[in-house]
Amino acid sequence: MSFQTRMADSVYLPGLAIPHSEASPAPRHSAMVRITHWISVVSFIGLVVSGIGILLAHPRFYWGETGGVGTPSIFDLPLPFMLGGPSGWGRYLHFESAWLCVLNGLVYVVSGLVSRHFQKDLALGGSRFTWRFDNDAHRYNGVQRLSYLAVIFVVLPLMIWTGLAMSPAVTSVFPALVNVLGGHQCARTIHFFTGVALVLFVFVHIGMVWRAGFRSRVGAMITGRAAAQKDGL
Amino acid sequence: MSKSFSRRKLMTAGFTAAGGVAGLTVAARLASRYGLIPPDWAGVYGPGETLTYAAQHILTSAHSLAREFSRSEISRVAQVSGEHPQTDPYQSLFSGSFADWRLAVDGLVARPASFSLAQLKQFPSRSQITEHICEEGWSFVAEWTGVPLSYVMNLVGISPRAKYVAFFPFDEAWDSLDMQDVWHPQTLLAYGMNGRDMPVDHGAPLRLKVPRQLGYKSVKYLARITVTDTLKNFGKGEGSSAPEGGYSWYAGI
Repeated sequence: MSFQTRMADSVYLPGLAIPHSEASPAPRHSAMVRITHWISVVSFIGLVVSGIGILLAHPRFYWGETGGVGTPSIFDLPLPFMLGGPSGWGRYLHFESAWLCVLNGLVYVVSGLVSRHFQKDLALGGSRFTWRFDNDAHRYNGVQRLSYLAVIFVVLPLMIWTGLAMSPAVTSVFPALVNVLGGHQCARTIHFFTGVALVLFVFVHIGMVWRAGFRSRVGAMITGRAAAQKDGL
Repeated sequence: MSKSFSRRKLMTAGFTAAGGVAGLTVAARLASRYGLIPPDWAGVYGPGETLTYAAQHILTSAHSLAREFSRSEISRVAQVSGEHPQTDPYQSLFSGSFADWRLAVDGLVARPASFSLAQLKQFPSRSQITEHICEEGWSFVAEWTGVPLSYVMNLVGISPRAKYVAFFPFDEAWDSLDMQDVWHPQTLLAYGMNGRDMPVDHGAPLRLKVPRQLGYKSVKYLARITVTDTLKNFGKGEGSSAPEGGYSWYAGI
Protein backbone atom coordinates (compact mmCIF):
# COMPACT_ATOMS: atom_id res chain seq x y z
CA MET A 1 0.00 0.00 0.00
CA SER A 2 2.52 2.56 1.14
CA PHE A 3 4.84 1.31 -1.55
CA GLN A 4 2.31 2.22 -4.23
CA THR A 5 1.72 5.61 -2.71
CA ARG A 6 5.43 6.31 -2.81
CA MET A 7 5.68 5.22 -6.42
CA ALA A 8 2.80 7.50 -7.32
CA ASP A 9 4.48 10.38 -5.53
CA SER A 10 7.74 9.91 -7.31
CA VAL A 11 6.01 9.92 -10.68
CA TYR A 12 3.81 12.81 -9.80
CA LEU A 13 6.16 15.18 -8.02
CA PRO A 14 8.59 16.10 -10.81
CA GLY A 15 5.64 17.39 -12.80
CA LEU A 16 4.77 19.71 -9.98
CA ALA A 17 8.30 21.11 -9.98
CA ILE A 18 8.33 21.31 -6.25
CA PRO A 19 11.75 22.30 -4.81
CA HIS A 20 14.29 19.50 -4.59
CA SER A 21 13.85 18.84 -0.89
CA GLU A 22 10.37 17.55 -1.54
CA ALA A 23 11.24 15.56 -4.63
CA SER A 24 12.36 12.36 -2.91
CA PRO A 25 11.01 10.59 0.17
CA ALA A 26 12.97 10.84 3.40
CA PRO A 27 15.72 8.21 3.55
CA ARG A 28 14.86 5.01 5.38
CA HIS A 29 18.06 5.41 7.41
CA SER A 30 19.97 8.64 8.10
CA ALA A 31 23.60 8.90 7.01
CA MET A 32 24.75 8.72 10.63
CA VAL A 33 22.79 5.53 11.25
CA ARG A 34 24.17 3.97 8.07
CA ILE A 35 27.81 4.87 8.78
CA THR A 36 27.72 3.78 12.41
CA HIS A 37 25.85 0.59 11.44
CA TRP A 38 28.61 -0.58 9.10
CA ILE A 39 31.41 0.43 11.45
CA SER A 40 29.70 -1.59 14.17
CA VAL A 41 29.54 -4.55 11.75
CA VAL A 42 33.32 -4.36 11.29
CA SER A 43 33.98 -4.04 15.03
CA PHE A 44 31.50 -6.80 15.87
CA ILE A 45 33.20 -9.25 13.51
CA GLY A 46 36.55 -8.31 15.06
CA LEU A 47 35.17 -8.82 18.57
CA VAL A 48 33.55 -12.18 17.84
CA VAL A 49 36.55 -13.64 16.00
CA SER A 50 39.01 -12.46 18.66
CA GLY A 51 36.65 -13.39 21.48
CA ILE A 52 36.61 -16.98 20.22
CA GLY A 53 40.40 -16.84 19.93
CA ILE A 54 40.75 -15.75 23.56
CA LEU A 55 38.17 -18.28 24.72
CA LEU A 56 40.07 -21.19 23.14
CA ALA A 57 42.89 -20.76 25.68
CA HIS A 58 40.54 -21.79 28.48
CA PRO A 59 37.06 -22.86 27.34
CA ARG A 60 35.68 -23.37 30.86
CA PHE A 61 33.57 -21.10 33.02
CA TYR A 62 33.46 -20.54 36.76
CA TRP A 63 31.31 -18.62 39.21
CA GLY A 64 32.68 -16.40 41.95
CA GLU A 65 36.04 -14.70 42.30
CA THR A 66 38.49 -17.35 41.16
CA GLY A 67 38.67 -20.54 39.11
CA GLY A 68 41.07 -22.65 37.13
CA VAL A 69 42.25 -26.17 36.37
CA GLY A 70 41.68 -28.23 39.50
CA THR A 71 38.69 -26.21 40.71
CA PRO A 72 35.02 -26.92 39.93
CA SER A 73 33.62 -25.25 36.83
CA ILE A 74 29.99 -24.44 36.07
CA PHE A 75 30.22 -24.94 32.33
CA ASP A 76 32.74 -26.66 30.04
CA LEU A 77 32.72 -26.12 26.31
CA PRO A 78 33.64 -29.29 24.42
CA LEU A 79 36.81 -27.73 23.08
CA PRO A 80 40.51 -28.41 23.68
CA PHE A 81 42.66 -25.92 25.59
CA MET A 82 44.73 -24.08 22.97
CA LEU A 83 47.65 -22.44 24.75
CA GLY A 84 49.97 -19.91 23.14
CA GLY A 85 47.74 -19.86 20.08
CA PRO A 86 45.11 -17.37 19.04
CA SER A 87 44.65 -15.71 22.43
CA GLY A 88 47.65 -13.38 21.88
CA TRP A 89 46.67 -11.68 18.63
CA GLY A 90 43.10 -12.31 19.79
CA ARG A 91 43.60 -9.92 22.68
CA TYR A 92 45.19 -7.23 20.50
CA LEU A 93 42.30 -7.53 18.02
CA HIS A 94 39.67 -7.72 20.77
CA PHE A 95 40.65 -4.46 22.44
CA GLU A 96 41.20 -2.59 19.18
CA SER A 97 37.76 -3.73 17.99
CA ALA A 98 36.30 -2.83 21.39
CA TRP A 99 37.63 0.72 21.09
CA LEU A 100 36.13 0.98 17.60
CA CYS A 101 32.83 -0.40 18.91
CA VAL A 102 32.68 1.92 21.93
CA LEU A 103 33.75 5.11 20.12
CA ASN A 104 31.37 4.34 17.24
CA GLY A 105 28.62 3.56 19.75
CA LEU A 106 29.17 6.91 21.47
CA VAL A 107 28.86 8.75 18.15
CA TYR A 108 25.67 6.79 17.41
CA VAL A 109 24.04 7.42 20.79
CA VAL A 110 24.95 11.13 20.93
CA SER A 111 23.86 11.76 17.33
CA GLY A 112 20.76 9.65 17.93
CA LEU A 113 19.79 11.85 20.86
CA VAL A 114 20.54 15.08 19.00
CA SER A 115 18.69 14.04 15.83
CA ARG A 116 15.83 12.52 17.88
CA HIS A 117 16.48 9.19 16.10
CA PHE A 118 15.56 7.28 19.27
CA GLN A 119 12.27 9.15 19.76
CA LYS A 120 11.29 8.98 16.10
CA ASP A 121 12.37 5.45 15.16
CA LEU A 122 12.72 3.42 18.34
CA ALA A 123 10.49 4.90 21.07
CA LEU A 124 7.90 2.37 22.20
CA GLY A 125 4.98 4.77 22.72
CA GLY A 126 2.10 3.95 20.36
CA SER A 127 3.94 1.14 18.60
CA ARG A 128 2.17 -2.20 18.09
CA PHE A 129 3.56 -5.28 19.78
CA THR A 130 3.02 -8.01 17.25
CA TRP A 131 4.94 -10.85 15.65
CA ARG A 132 3.63 -9.69 12.29
CA PHE A 133 6.31 -7.66 10.56
CA ASP A 134 5.17 -5.32 7.83
CA ASN A 135 7.99 -5.42 5.33
CA ASP A 136 6.88 -2.34 3.43
CA ALA A 137 6.31 -0.22 6.50
CA HIS A 138 8.66 2.66 7.09
CA ARG A 139 8.30 2.07 10.82
CA TYR A 140 9.40 -0.67 13.19
CA ASN A 141 6.78 -2.42 15.28
CA GLY A 142 7.00 -2.73 19.07
CA VAL A 143 8.90 -6.03 19.10
CA GLN A 144 11.54 -4.67 16.76
CA ARG A 145 11.84 -1.41 18.71
CA LEU A 146 12.17 -3.22 22.01
CA SER A 147 14.84 -5.55 20.57
CA TYR A 148 16.94 -2.68 19.25
CA LEU A 149 16.53 -0.63 22.42
CA ALA A 150 17.52 -3.62 24.57
CA VAL A 151 20.64 -4.29 22.50
CA ILE A 152 21.69 -0.64 22.42
CA PHE A 153 20.94 0.33 26.01
CA VAL A 154 21.12 -2.93 27.99
CA VAL A 155 23.07 -5.72 26.30
CA LEU A 156 25.95 -3.71 24.82
CA PRO A 157 26.48 -1.67 28.03
CA LEU A 158 26.47 -4.96 29.99
CA MET A 159 29.10 -6.27 27.58
CA ILE A 160 31.29 -3.20 28.17
CA TRP A 161 30.72 -3.34 31.92
CA THR A 162 31.63 -7.03 32.27
CA GLY A 163 34.62 -6.47 29.98
CA LEU A 164 35.94 -3.61 32.11
CA ALA A 165 35.20 -5.63 35.26
CA MET A 166 37.84 -8.14 34.12
CA SER A 167 40.55 -5.46 33.96
CA PRO A 168 42.69 -5.38 37.13
CA ALA A 169 43.73 -1.80 36.27
CA VAL A 170 40.16 -0.54 35.88
CA THR A 171 38.90 -2.35 38.98
CA SER A 172 41.76 -0.87 41.02
CA VAL A 173 39.98 2.46 40.45
CA PHE A 174 36.38 1.15 40.40
CA PRO A 175 36.34 -2.06 42.47
CA ALA A 176 32.52 -2.03 42.59
CA LEU A 177 32.46 -2.82 38.85
CA VAL A 178 33.52 -6.39 39.61
CA ASN A 179 32.40 -6.75 43.23
CA VAL A 180 28.69 -6.23 42.50
CA LEU A 181 28.87 -8.93 39.83
CA GLY A 182 30.18 -11.40 42.40
CA GLY A 183 33.83 -11.56 41.36
CA HIS A 184 36.20 -11.80 38.44
CA GLN A 185 35.00 -15.20 37.19
CA CYS A 186 31.35 -14.05 37.36
CA ALA A 187 32.30 -11.11 35.14
CA ARG A 188 34.00 -13.45 32.67
CA THR A 189 31.06 -15.87 32.58
CA ILE A 190 28.46 -13.11 32.17
CA HIS A 191 30.63 -11.53 29.46
CA PHE A 192 30.61 -14.84 27.55
CA PHE A 193 26.87 -15.49 27.78
CA THR A 194 26.04 -11.86 26.95
CA GLY A 195 28.28 -12.23 23.91
CA VAL A 196 26.40 -15.37 22.89
CA ALA A 197 23.14 -13.43 23.23
CA LEU A 198 24.51 -10.71 20.94
CA VAL A 199 25.55 -13.26 18.33
CA LEU A 200 22.04 -14.78 18.45
CA PHE A 201 20.56 -11.30 18.05
CA VAL A 202 22.68 -10.77 14.95
CA PHE A 203 21.50 -14.08 13.47
CA VAL A 204 17.84 -13.16 14.06
CA HIS A 205 18.52 -9.66 12.71
CA ILE A 206 20.02 -11.07 9.50
CA GLY A 207 17.12 -13.55 9.27
CA MET A 208 14.59 -10.73 9.49
CA VAL A 209 16.48 -8.72 6.88
CA TRP A 210 16.47 -11.79 4.64
CA ARG A 211 12.71 -12.17 5.07
CA ALA A 212 12.08 -8.53 4.30
CA GLY A 213 14.17 -8.64 1.14
CA PHE A 214 17.90 -8.89 1.63
CA ARG A 215 19.06 -6.77 -1.29
CA SER A 216 16.61 -3.99 -0.74
CA ARG A 217 17.18 -3.77 3.01
CA VAL A 218 20.97 -3.98 2.80
CA GLY A 219 20.79 -1.45 -0.04
CA ALA A 220 18.73 0.83 2.20
CA MET A 221 21.36 0.57 4.92
CA ILE A 222 24.04 1.51 2.37
CA THR A 223 22.34 4.20 0.27
CA GLY A 224 19.62 5.19 2.72
CA ARG A 225 16.87 4.46 0.23
CA ALA A 226 14.94 1.27 -0.33
CA ALA A 227 15.10 -0.04 -3.86
CA ALA A 228 11.59 -1.24 -3.32
CA GLN A 229 11.08 -3.55 -6.29
CA LYS A 230 10.85 -7.30 -5.88
CA ASP A 231 11.20 -7.34 -2.14
CA GLY A 232 11.36 -10.75 -0.64
CA LEU A 233 11.71 -12.64 -3.94
CA MET B 1 28.71 26.61 -11.14
CA SER B 2 29.36 22.95 -10.56
CA LYS B 3 33.07 23.50 -11.14
CA SER B 4 33.40 26.11 -8.40
CA PHE B 5 31.24 23.95 -6.19
CA SER B 6 33.54 20.95 -6.61
CA ARG B 7 36.58 23.16 -6.08
CA ARG B 8 35.11 24.43 -2.85
CA LYS B 9 34.38 20.87 -1.82
CA LEU B 10 37.94 19.87 -2.68
CA MET B 11 39.37 22.75 -0.64
CA THR B 12 37.17 21.91 2.33
CA ALA B 13 38.28 18.30 2.13
CA GLY B 14 41.91 19.43 1.83
CA PHE B 15 41.69 21.72 4.86
CA THR B 16 39.91 19.03 6.86
CA ALA B 17 42.58 16.47 5.98
CA ALA B 18 45.40 18.93 6.79
CA GLY B 19 43.72 19.81 10.07
CA GLY B 20 43.29 16.14 10.88
CA VAL B 21 46.94 15.37 10.19
CA ALA B 22 48.08 18.39 12.21
CA GLY B 23 45.77 17.43 15.07
CA LEU B 24 47.03 13.86 15.08
CA THR B 25 50.65 15.07 15.02
CA VAL B 26 50.06 17.35 18.00
CA ALA B 27 48.20 14.56 19.83
CA ALA B 28 51.06 12.13 19.16
CA ARG B 29 53.64 14.68 20.42
CA LEU B 30 51.66 15.31 23.60
CA ALA B 31 51.03 11.60 24.17
CA SER B 32 54.72 10.85 23.74
CA ARG B 33 55.69 13.68 26.08
CA TYR B 34 53.40 12.42 28.84
CA GLY B 35 54.48 8.81 28.38
CA LEU B 36 51.20 7.58 26.91
CA ILE B 37 52.64 5.60 24.00
CA PRO B 38 53.39 1.94 24.72
CA PRO B 39 56.60 0.43 23.29
CA ASP B 40 54.53 -1.91 21.09
CA TRP B 41 52.65 0.98 19.48
CA ALA B 42 53.63 0.04 15.91
CA GLY B 43 51.63 -2.11 13.55
CA VAL B 44 47.96 -2.68 12.86
CA TYR B 45 47.03 -3.13 16.53
CA GLY B 46 49.02 -0.06 17.63
CA PRO B 47 46.07 2.37 17.74
CA GLY B 48 43.97 0.13 20.01
CA GLU B 49 46.93 -0.68 22.23
CA THR B 50 47.88 3.00 22.52
CA LEU B 51 44.31 3.98 23.44
CA THR B 52 44.13 1.26 26.09
CA TYR B 53 47.49 2.10 27.62
CA ALA B 54 46.95 5.87 27.54
CA ALA B 55 43.45 5.64 29.02
CA GLN B 56 44.40 3.24 31.81
CA HIS B 57 47.71 4.99 32.52
CA ILE B 58 45.79 8.22 33.16
CA LEU B 59 42.97 6.44 35.01
CA THR B 60 45.33 4.66 37.41
CA SER B 61 47.83 7.50 37.83
CA ALA B 62 46.76 8.24 41.43
CA HIS B 63 48.27 4.92 42.54
CA SER B 64 44.92 3.18 42.80
CA LEU B 65 45.33 -0.14 44.60
CA ALA B 66 44.45 -3.50 43.09
CA ARG B 67 41.70 -5.21 45.09
CA GLU B 68 42.98 -6.99 48.17
CA PHE B 69 41.25 -9.95 49.80
CA SER B 70 40.91 -11.54 53.21
CA ARG B 71 42.84 -14.63 54.30
CA SER B 72 39.70 -16.77 54.02
CA GLU B 73 39.52 -15.96 50.30
CA ILE B 74 42.94 -17.41 49.48
CA SER B 75 42.50 -20.08 46.79
CA ARG B 76 43.27 -23.68 47.71
CA VAL B 77 44.45 -24.40 44.18
CA ALA B 78 46.88 -22.04 42.46
CA GLN B 79 47.18 -22.95 38.80
CA VAL B 80 50.68 -22.88 37.35
CA SER B 81 51.64 -21.53 33.95
CA GLY B 82 54.71 -23.02 32.27
CA GLU B 83 57.70 -24.79 33.74
CA HIS B 84 60.67 -23.48 35.65
CA PRO B 85 63.90 -23.12 33.63
CA GLN B 86 65.40 -26.57 33.00
CA THR B 87 68.96 -25.41 32.31
CA ASP B 88 71.93 -24.00 34.19
CA PRO B 89 72.59 -21.64 35.83
CA TYR B 90 69.03 -21.91 37.20
CA GLN B 91 69.20 -25.67 37.84
CA SER B 92 72.40 -25.51 39.89
CA LEU B 93 71.15 -22.49 41.86
CA PHE B 94 67.95 -24.42 42.53
CA SER B 95 69.81 -27.50 43.78
CA GLY B 96 71.83 -25.20 46.06
CA SER B 97 68.58 -23.82 47.54
CA PHE B 98 69.37 -20.47 45.90
CA ALA B 99 72.16 -19.74 48.44
CA ASP B 100 74.36 -18.52 45.58
CA TRP B 101 71.56 -16.70 43.79
CA ARG B 102 71.92 -12.91 43.40
CA LEU B 103 69.66 -10.21 42.00
CA ALA B 104 71.69 -7.73 39.96
CA VAL B 105 70.40 -4.14 39.72
CA ASP B 106 72.09 -1.95 37.14
CA GLY B 107 71.53 0.62 34.38
CA LEU B 108 70.71 4.25 35.16
CA VAL B 109 71.44 3.94 38.88
CA ALA B 110 73.91 5.73 41.14
CA ARG B 111 74.94 2.57 43.00
CA PRO B 112 74.67 -0.66 40.98
CA ALA B 113 74.13 -3.52 43.38
CA SER B 114 73.67 -7.23 43.74
CA PHE B 115 71.43 -8.65 46.46
CA SER B 116 71.25 -12.10 47.99
CA LEU B 117 67.92 -13.58 49.00
CA ALA B 118 68.86 -13.11 52.68
CA GLN B 119 69.58 -9.41 52.10
CA LEU B 120 66.25 -8.89 50.32
CA LYS B 121 64.43 -10.56 53.18
CA GLN B 122 66.01 -8.11 55.64
CA PHE B 123 64.52 -5.10 53.84
CA PRO B 124 61.11 -3.77 54.92
CA SER B 125 58.55 -6.20 53.57
CA ARG B 126 54.96 -5.99 52.44
CA SER B 127 52.36 -8.74 52.27
CA GLN B 128 49.28 -8.45 50.13
CA ILE B 129 46.47 -10.82 49.25
CA THR B 130 45.68 -10.16 45.60
CA GLU B 131 44.24 -12.01 42.64
CA HIS B 132 46.55 -13.43 40.02
CA ILE B 133 44.62 -13.23 36.75
CA CYS B 134 45.98 -15.14 33.78
CA GLU B 135 45.30 -13.88 30.27
CA GLU B 136 44.04 -17.39 29.48
CA GLY B 137 41.04 -16.82 31.76
CA TRP B 138 41.79 -18.58 35.05
CA SER B 139 42.62 -16.80 38.30
CA PHE B 140 43.50 -17.44 41.92
CA VAL B 141 43.92 -15.42 45.09
CA ALA B 142 47.16 -15.73 47.08
CA GLU B 143 49.16 -13.85 49.65
CA TRP B 144 52.40 -12.48 48.27
CA THR B 145 55.26 -11.27 50.44
CA GLY B 146 58.25 -9.31 49.29
CA VAL B 147 60.14 -6.06 49.27
CA PRO B 148 58.46 -3.18 47.45
CA LEU B 149 60.30 -2.49 44.20
CA SER B 150 60.30 1.23 45.11
CA TYR B 151 62.44 0.47 48.18
CA VAL B 152 65.14 -1.21 46.09
CA MET B 153 64.96 1.59 43.51
CA ASN B 154 65.57 4.19 46.22
CA LEU B 155 68.40 2.10 47.61
CA VAL B 156 70.32 2.06 44.32
CA GLY B 157 69.41 5.67 43.52
CA ILE B 158 67.82 5.77 40.09
CA SER B 159 68.50 8.59 37.68
CA PRO B 160 65.79 11.18 36.94
CA ARG B 161 66.22 10.16 33.29
CA ALA B 162 64.77 6.71 34.06
CA LYS B 163 61.61 5.91 32.10
CA TYR B 164 61.36 2.14 32.38
CA VAL B 165 62.70 -0.70 34.46
CA ALA B 166 63.38 -3.96 32.63
CA PHE B 167 63.25 -7.37 34.32
CA PHE B 168 65.32 -10.29 33.10
CA PRO B 169 64.60 -13.81 34.35
CA PHE B 170 66.50 -17.06 33.88
CA ASP B 171 64.18 -17.90 30.98
CA GLU B 172 63.28 -15.85 27.91
CA ALA B 173 60.19 -14.10 29.30
CA TRP B 174 61.69 -10.68 30.04
CA ASP B 175 59.45 -7.69 30.55
CA SER B 176 59.43 -4.04 31.64
CA LEU B 177 57.35 -1.56 33.62
CA ASP B 178 56.79 2.18 33.29
CA MET B 179 57.73 4.35 36.26
CA GLN B 180 54.12 4.63 37.45
CA ASP B 181 54.06 0.88 38.07
CA VAL B 182 57.66 0.88 39.35
CA TRP B 183 56.73 3.31 42.16
CA HIS B 184 53.37 1.69 42.83
CA PRO B 185 53.14 0.44 46.45
CA GLN B 186 51.81 -2.99 45.43
CA THR B 187 54.64 -3.67 42.98
CA LEU B 188 56.71 -6.24 44.85
CA LEU B 189 59.85 -8.24 44.43
CA ALA B 190 58.14 -11.23 45.99
CA TYR B 191 60.00 -14.06 47.71
CA GLY B 192 57.05 -15.50 49.65
CA MET B 193 53.68 -16.96 48.73
CA ASN B 194 50.97 -17.93 51.23
CA GLY B 195 53.39 -17.64 54.16
CA ARG B 196 56.14 -19.81 52.70
CA ASP B 197 59.12 -19.36 50.40
CA MET B 198 58.13 -18.84 46.78
CA PRO B 199 57.40 -22.29 45.30
CA VAL B 200 59.56 -23.13 42.31
CA ASP B 201 56.53 -23.38 40.00
CA HIS B 202 55.48 -19.87 40.96
CA GLY B 203 58.85 -18.26 40.29
CA ALA B 204 61.38 -19.10 42.98
CA PRO B 205 63.41 -17.60 44.39
CA LEU B 206 62.12 -14.16 43.42
CA ARG B 207 59.39 -12.93 41.12
CA LEU B 208 57.83 -9.61 40.28
CA LYS B 209 54.23 -9.00 41.40
CA VAL B 210 52.27 -6.33 39.53
CA PRO B 211 48.68 -6.93 40.61
CA ARG B 212 47.18 -4.13 38.49
CA GLN B 213 48.14 -6.10 35.38
CA LEU B 214 47.56 -9.64 34.12
CA GLY B 215 49.71 -12.46 35.47
CA TYR B 216 52.24 -12.59 32.67
CA LYS B 217 53.62 -9.16 33.69
CA SER B 218 54.66 -10.64 37.04
CA VAL B 219 57.98 -11.99 35.76
CA LYS B 220 59.15 -15.20 37.47
CA TYR B 221 62.70 -16.47 38.19
CA LEU B 222 64.27 -12.99 38.33
CA ALA B 223 68.01 -12.63 37.70
CA ARG B 224 68.60 -8.99 36.77
CA ILE B 225 66.87 -5.61 36.87
CA THR B 226 67.95 -2.77 34.58
CA VAL B 227 66.86 0.85 34.82
CA THR B 228 66.72 2.58 31.45
CA ASP B 229 65.49 5.63 29.57
CA THR B 230 64.61 3.66 26.45
CA LEU B 231 63.50 0.15 25.60
CA LYS B 232 64.72 0.36 22.01
CA ASN B 233 67.90 -1.61 22.71
CA PHE B 234 66.25 -4.53 24.47
CA GLY B 235 65.03 -7.48 22.44
CA LYS B 236 63.02 -6.24 19.48
CA GLY B 237 62.40 -2.89 21.14
CA GLU B 238 58.81 -3.74 22.05
CA GLY B 239 59.40 -3.50 25.80
CA SER B 240 58.93 -7.18 26.47
CA SER B 241 59.16 -10.61 24.93
CA ALA B 242 55.35 -10.78 25.11
CA PRO B 243 54.58 -8.91 21.85
CA GLU B 244 56.79 -11.40 19.95
CA GLY B 245 54.29 -14.06 20.99
CA GLY B 246 51.39 -11.80 20.09
CA TYR B 247 50.68 -10.49 23.62
CA SER B 248 50.55 -6.81 24.44
CA TRP B 249 53.27 -5.12 26.49
CA TYR B 250 50.71 -3.41 28.70
CA ALA B 251 48.44 -5.93 30.39
CA GLY B 252 46.11 -3.86 32.56
CA ILE B 253 43.52 -4.84 29.88
